[in-house]
Amino acid sequence: MTATGIDPRGPRFTATVTLVVFAVALLLSDAAPGVAAVLTGVQAALFAIGAGLGVQKTPTGLFFRSVVRPRLTPPAELEDPAPPRFAQAVGLVFAVVATIGFATGAVLLGQVFAGFAFVAAFLNAVFGFCLGCEMYLLGARLRGRPA
Amino acid sequence: MNPGLLILVLAVVVAVGFGLHRRRVDGRFAGAPAAPAQPAEETVWTSVAAALPEAELGERATLVQFSSAFCAPCRTTRVVLADVAERYDGVAHLEIDAEQHLDLVRELDVRRTPTTLILDPAGRELTRAAGAPRREQVLAALPTSEETR
Repeated sequence: MTATGIDPRGPRFTATVTLVVFAVALLLSDAAPGVAAVLTGVQAALFAIGAGLGVQKTPTGLFFRSVVRPRLTPPAELEDPAPPRFAQAVGLVFAVVATIGFATGAVLLGQVFAGFAFVAAFLNAVFGFCLGCEMYLLGARLRGRPA
Repeated sequence: MNPGLLILVLAVVVAVGFGLHRRRVDGRFAGAPAAPAQPAEETVWTSVAAALPEAELGERATLVQFSSAFCAPCRTTRVVLADVAERYDGVAHLEIDAEQHLDLVRELDVRRTPTTLILDPAGRELTRAAGAPRREQVLAALPTSEETR
């Protein structure tokens, strides 16, 4: 855990952008799977930055800090950046599979994974609920299970 | 309706339903455990103490919180439970890192973090809540004592 927390509305702002990207990708996927592949590919790159460098370093994170946050009242409390960063890594996996699906003509595969990613982004943006974080303990339980 | 739009609509319905459900049940202490699977002399505390020999049982109640690294609401829960333990005599707060104690997590069937178990003075589980509980929810679930009633 780092000494300085982040504004919890930052990751929610990022999740809102993410949910719009996946929604547009889904709407275009039947008529133009190539465009959908580009959208989910860009989203995968954003997730990769968030997972690799931290959620404060993504373009949406920087935009939030420089443009959105100065217009808001200070947050009631700060948040540890590690949970949303982990969730970005989970999102990256889904975005990559969706991109491969759209790019290779397995459009339904792409749509299903884009759908899952949309659900996770929606829960984060609307309810402030981090699905990727929650999967972490379930993953640890399964991984650490004695044979 | 084409498949892309159909999946988007389904995803919205699933997300709204799941989100509202979670908002309703999060932090709610849901009564006593259905069936006391453990023999009388073995309580939840026996298992907790085996994993954490340093831990001490509260005289009135013990708030056992399971946390993990990638868990934003764990922090809120820690603040609430530590405050309750400080203000009320005989109430102890114990935070356990779920990843470090996966055997205990499986034994007590903890599925999410934060999960808070409330133990009675004998170390038996009275109730538990998954998700961050509010202060009033914790206070309402505490066993009564002479000082407060």
